[in-house]
Amino acid sequence: MSLIHSLHVSFVVFLLGLVGIYLNRKNIILVLMSIELMLLGINLNLLSFSVSLDDLLGQIFALFILTVAAAESAIGLAILVIYFRLRGTIDIEFIRLMKG
Amino acid sequence: MYLCILGLPLMGFIGAAGFGRFLGGRGAGVLTTSLLALTFFFSCIVFYEVGICGSSCTLSVSPWFLSESWDATWGLLFDPLTGTMCVVVTSVSTLVHLYSTSYMGEDPHLPRFMSYLSLFTFFMLILITGDNFLQMFVGWEGVGLASYLLINFWYTRLQANKSAIKAMMMNRVGDFGLGLGIFALYTIFGSVNFESVFACAPHLSDEKIVFFGTEFHAYTLIGILLFVGATGKSAQIGLHTWLPDAMEGPTPVSALIHAATMVTAGVFLIARCSPLYEYAPDALGVIALAGGMTAFFAATTGLVQNDLKRVIAYSTCSQLGYMVFACGLSHYDLGVFHLANHAFFKALLFLGAGSVIHAMAGEQDMRRLGGLGQALPFTNTMMLLGSLALVGFPFLSGFYSKDALLEVSYAHFTLSGDFTFILGCGAAFCTSYYSFRLVSLTFLGEPKGPKKAYEGIHEAPFQMAIPLVILGIGSLFSGFLGKELMVGLGTPFWQNAIVNLPTHNTGLEAEYIDQSIKHLPFVLTCIGGFLGLFINSPYLSPTVYKMKLTALGLNLYTFLNRRWLFDKVYNDYIGAPALNFGYNVSFKSIDKGVLEILGPFGITQGIRDLVNQIHKLQSGLIYHYAFVMLLGLTFLLTLLSLENLIQVWVDPRLWFVFGLAFMSYFLAGEKTTDEEKVLG
Repeated sequence: MSLIHSLHVSFVVFLLGLVGIYLNRKNIILVLMSIELMLLGINLNLLSFSVSLDDLLGQIFALFILTVAAAESAIGLAILVIYFRLRGTIDIEFIRLMKG
Repeated sequence: MYLCILGLPLMGFIGAAGFGRFLGGRGAGVLTTSLLALTFFFSCIVFYEVGICGSSCTLSVSPWFLSESWDATWGLLFDPLTGTMCVVVTSVSTLVHLYSTSYMGEDPHLPRFMSYLSLFTFFMLILITGDNFLQMFVGWEGVGLASYLLINFWYTRLQANKSAIKAMMMNRVGDFGLGLGIFALYTIFGSVNFESVFACAPHLSDEKIVFFGTEFHAYTLIGILLFVGATGKSAQIGLHTWLPDAMEGPTPVSALIHAATMVTAGVFLIARCSPLYEYAPDALGVIALAGGMTAFFAATTGLVQNDLKRVIAYSTCSQLGYMVFACGLSHYDLGVFHLANHAFFKALLFLGAGSVIHAMAGEQDMRRLGGLGQALPFTNTMMLLGSLALVGFPFLSGFYSKDALLEVSYAHFTLSGDFTFILGCGAAFCTSYYSFRLVSLTFLGEPKGPKKAYEGIHEAPFQMAIPLVILGIGSLFSGFLGKELMVGLGTPFWQNAIVNLPTHNTGLEAEYIDQSIKHLPFVLTCIGGFLGLFINSPYLSPTVYKMKLTALGLNLYTFLNRRWLFDKVYNDYIGAPALNFGYNVSFKSIDKGVLEILGPFGITQGIRDLVNQIHKLQSGLIYHYAFVMLLGLTFLLTLLSLENLIQVWVDPRLWFVFGLAFMSYFLAGEKTTDEEKVLG
């Protein structure tokens, strides 16, 4: 499996995550999942380059990002739970309190 | 003593204006009149010393402002021209002052009136005694100001205010030309002193000057610009419409403005600048043509005016045309001589008309006068005397100047000479007609006014009669006494005040023209006079009235009675569009439009609208934010990647323009929504 193939995969995964964020109009959990997907794409990218360039730094970064992603999803889900407790819904259509 | 000529009227003005409350009407009248009489006495001495004894002099009073080569000083120049004008101005002014003390005796604001009269005289004297163009301009503007104050002396009358504004504005048009002329003079000569300018005049006669991107002969341009000033002040054709309307002021004001002072300033200016005009034949041609047209136009208009004062006003306008065309034919001395004679008989006519109006309790429509000959024999005599002098009856003053004018115009073998001769003869005929029409309608025939007015009729009181008598004597003898002195062949009277190139002087030819031509004006005058008497007599007037009702007659009558429709044309095609332009274009479109939008209002409103637009982008929906983030990222990436490509084609400065365009787009979009809001 060459570098190009793995980069393609990582790019497509990242793009799917990106599209998932702004095409999704229903569920905020899907947004969080999309963010995870994007982070996965980035991780894959880092790992591919790490292997290709024969450099360990990419894998270290990937490990850090895994940590950060875990923490981020934990905090995000916590916010979500608190938000649901307050509003009784997690439908994106109704999250308009940040209107300018 | 020479300074007193200026100082005494100024003292009169200050006294009557500042202390009129303490002096009262009678006191102010006595003060100003006696000061003016003293001025007149000094003027006579000046005339004797300067004119007859031939010792012109200048007085340097004080520097005004000096800057490098520019020197403006207050100085007085007394030469025969100034001396003549001084006598004319102060004599008529003194008599008008005296007349006013009685005519305006009932008026509660008599001190103010007397002070204005003195102010007017003061500025007129500044005008004629100044030794440079700048000081003359002070007088020039000053008499305009004083005429404004005098014409709307009865400031509660709407019509008087409008007339005064009109007089001021029309004069200001001319003053603008005069100002430009003085600037041009300074450009050429580097000085505005009469001495320097006139001394250099023969040497710089080939100079060129660039005006509006075109090269002109300097003297011609200067001459025409100065004549534009004279046109305004002397009511020549084009800027004459203020003069008849100035009749809204009290009658002594009309006598002062129309007889001796204000309107003569234009003729004085041309005569004063004779050293320049002699080297600008084209300018002289323009002056002659304008003068001839004015004389004819005003005389025909005067034929059918029904207002006693308006007839005399048009007569003034016509006579000024005579003076101006005399100047245009290089006969400045004749112009000034006619000016002097005209001052006497026109003041007589105006003051006589004032006497009639006074007697008839303010009635000045000639159709409601009539039959006053027996009731007012003295006024009748004086008016008849004035009319005879005006039409140039032999051996009265008008004869010596007016017929001489027509003779020199015939002897001036140029196109403008012939033109002015023909128009001048036509005007002489019309002058005679309307003068006798005035006499016939006012003094002869049957009484046509209300009975009440005839019951209260009274002859002019003493203070009004005295000026009439003196002016009557002046009208009788001024022509005969002054003829040889002022316009006699080879008279040394004018010294250097009036320059006349030998090639331009046709005085000798005028002596040897055909006998029939010499008689022509007199014959025309006689015919006009008889027509004026008979057509307006009770026997013929019904027939004439029927003729007036025919289509041609009505058209002609309307055309002449409406003053050749000058006022209508000015109002409809100049006045209204100018006001329209002022309101719609310069006020609404520029001041409150473009400048407001580019200036304070537009910027604040534009930024507010822009902010409104931008904050609407924040819908609060997460996927919108996400989309905008993506869009922005994409845009920046595109820019970065295409940077090399874009920089070739797009000037960075254009981004600013695009920014403005976007801003205005948002602005326009917001405007419509605002309107919709209002409509909704």
